[in-house]
Amino acid sequence: MTASSQRPFVRTNMLAPEPPPTAQTGLVKWLRENMFSSWLNTLLTLAGMFIVYYAVTHFYPWFRHGVWNAASLAECRQIIAAEFGEGATGACWAVIRDRWTQYIFGFYPADLFWRPVLTFVLMLVAVAPILFQALPRQMLWFSIIFPLVAIWLLWGGSVWPVAMVAVGFGLGFLAMRLLAPIGVMLGVAAAALTAVLFWMFLTGPIDDALSKVVPIALEPVESRNFGGFLLAITLGAGGIAMSLPLGIILALGRQSDMFLIKAFSVGFIEFIRGVPLITLLFVASLLLNYFLPPGTNFDIILRVMILVTLFSAAYIAEVIRGGLAALPRGQYEAADALGLDYWKAQRFIILPQALKISIPGIVSTFIGMFKDTTLVTFVGLFDPLKSIPDSIRADFAWKGTYWEHFLFVGAIFFIFNFSMSRYAMYLERKLKRDHR
Amino acid sequence: MTSASDAPDHGFRLSQLIYDTRYRSLTIQVVTLILVMSAFWWLVNNTITNLTALGKPINFGFLWNRSGYDIAQYLIPYSNDSTHARAALVGLINTLWVSTLGCLTATVLGVFVGVLRLSHNWLVARLMTIYVETFRNIPVLLWILVAMAVLTEITPSPNAYKVNPTTGEAANSMLLFDSVAFTNRYTAIPAAQFDRSLGVIDTPLAPISLNFLAIAVVLGASIWVNRKLLARAAKVQDETGKRPVTWWKSLAILAGPLVVLLVALGFHLVEPELKGFNFTGGTNVSNSFVALWAGLSLYTAAFIAEIVRAGIMAISKGQTEAAFALGLRPGRTMRLVVLPQALRVIVPPLISQYLNLTKNSSLAIAVGYMDLRGTLGGITLNQTGRELEAILLMMLIYLALSLSISGLMNIFNASVKLKER
Repeated sequence: MTASSQRPFVRTNMLAPEPPPTAQTGLVKWLRENMFSSWLNTLLTLAGMFIVYYAVTHFYPWFRHGVWNAASLAECRQIIAAEFGEGATGACWAVIRDRWTQYIFGFYPADLFWRPVLTFVLMLVAVAPILFQALPRQMLWFSIIFPLVAIWLLWGGSVWPVAMVAVGFGLGFLAMRLLAPIGVMLGVAAAALTAVLFWMFLTGPIDDALSKVVPIALEPVESRNFGGFLLAITLGAGGIAMSLPLGIILALGRQSDMFLIKAFSVGFIEFIRGVPLITLLFVASLLLNYFLPPGTNFDIILRVMILVTLFSAAYIAEVIRGGLAALPRGQYEAADALGLDYWKAQRFIILPQALKISIPGIVSTFIGMFKDTTLVTFVGLFDPLKSIPDSIRADFAWKGTYWEHFLFVGAIFFIFNFSMSRYAMYLERKLKRDHR
Repeated sequence: MTSASDAPDHGFRLSQLIYDTRYRSLTIQVVTLILVMSAFWWLVNNTITNLTALGKPINFGFLWNRSGYDIAQYLIPYSNDSTHARAALVGLINTLWVSTLGCLTATVLGVFVGVLRLSHNWLVARLMTIYVETFRNIPVLLWILVAMAVLTEITPSPNAYKVNPTTGEAANSMLLFDSVAFTNRYTAIPAAQFDRSLGVIDTPLAPISLNFLAIAVVLGASIWVNRKLLARAAKVQDETGKRPVTWWKSLAILAGPLVVLLVALGFHLVEPELKGFNFTGGTNVSNSFVALWAGLSLYTAAFIAEIVRAGIMAISKGQTEAAFALGLRPGRTMRLVVLPQALRVIVPPLISQYLNLTKNSSLAIAVGYMDLRGTLGGITLNQTGRELEAILLMMLIYLALSLSISGLMNIFNASVKLKER
């Protein structure tokens, strides 16, 4: 013990650890690792910084000088020149402020704007229980009748024809429930027959009688007055609602063992996928009248919607076929072993799994379809991307406005599509059942 | 679908058509056939009735009449005296031209962006994510219109390139060593010229330039010889374990004959020059073509980038680690281990992107580029009033185009996919 006391100095407690060198911590380390790890990386970072710098210096003033209150482009330019000096450029958002109703409703009568707005709100209500499982299931009943409500609200006219369509579906459903225990095929055939007979022979007289007794009607609005995002969303939502069931049927047809069913499905899918949508839209606008009995002439939006539905159904069928093919063979065999018939096996075993695998593809098809609704500009409908800006520019006051339109429409499309893709990712995570 | 029940010993009953699984599928198919055939007959019958009522039965004879309209962009000789069929062909070639160029640039850009999006560089990865998400979520029509607006609204008129005699300077200067000029009507680029040209062969379809034919033949031969060389190198490597150095031989084989040929033909580029109000000497590429090309390429590149990213991410990390453990350098790991496997995942969706680009090229109508839809499905249709024939023909041509692209790409796919025994 004495030996230790002779030592000049003994440290009795540990020193606090030194902080790591600045190059190994915090921002500096992060920068070194993520942006300047090698000469190539440094080069890329510098290029990226240059792009950001260029974009900000060139576009930021344009945004900052934006004018919201003006009656014409010339006035916008005057205001910008007065405030920021000659030669300053700036956005003329006044055109959007002035014409936003046209962007949203097209040429829908201004005193009836409440109808599309109400339809949109109801659509959110109808879609909510489909998107989120937590909501009460009873809400699905509203989702089922919503399409007819929407048609009546948007196009107006007497309520009874729409109600008759609903009654026809109801009677068909009833017939199917009654006959389904005898045979599924028989049930489906009976349902179709009942509904068609009802529409052909009973709808007319009942409609006339009811319209005289209880005339409930909204002011009718013609299809050519639809435009802007009202048109895009109508076509998109209608197409989505109709193309998913059709796509599932086509996919099942393509996987079928029956030669003819398979051949028809393959032929249809490959034909539709092989031609551009624009040619199908021309079929809708120019040829569909030739294909129907002489004198038939029905609504252009409905015609376009039918063709858009067929188009996206073919793509959805291919996506779902991928899902069906990805299922292990054992699932089919297990369903057979349980003694389930074809439809029961599809409903309880195959489709729930196949659809789950196909969700990302289905949603990207929907996004594609929503984007493709802009092509209706080429058959004379007022889409928000080309026809509406063109018609606004036709007004001398707004002649020469370009970027404001592109930014506004692009931003709205981006919000819709980006949220759709995020929802798909959420659903994919939620439905994932494997344990990783 | 098969049942294990014994075959009934009594004779055939009609109800067996529905309840016996042996006959049911036959029944369903026959019923479907009857339904489809009658629907088809109904449509055709209606069409014939309607067309007869209008007094224009189906007749493709209009294709051989004089077209009477001009097309601004043509790659094969065409004038308004040519037939409608010729106009359709010009349109088809324009479609193919813009699609081919679009697929090439979209692939290059897409691979570039896809790889950069996986980079560890925070800034670059974020920038690429913004690019991909922006372009994927906004309709391609908007991008085409934006490209057109940029070209027509922001670029100066050809006049702005005129040198002011007093100051000796021009308001705008040309790019890339005075060889490219963007104007609000066209983009002036250099044109290839051969001083000692071999001439052209005139065929009724299109004149074939012997110069380009010679270049193609020489290039093809060089590539063939180069492949032989590489195959030999691989054989030597298999036998001795050492790979002979080939890069300079490859370079000589690929570039040497081509350079000799170009010098022999007196090849040089003629730069565009401002004469009067317009550029002459070079080639003036119309803005509608450039806008369509740029819009389609930028849009499709965003999708291809995602495909490439997914393909590279699909290769498990173990593959890279195994390659490192074998002592391969990162470059070789990418080239010899990761890419061949990623290609297998990438190629099938890439095919459908090429098909999409080709079909989207029909949006040329938005900027006035005369593709197949602009000629056959546009002016010809309007002038002759033959909607049914024109649209039917146009759809068949697009269908044939799509099927042949997917056929070609499937052959390529078969060459990269996993060879299973």
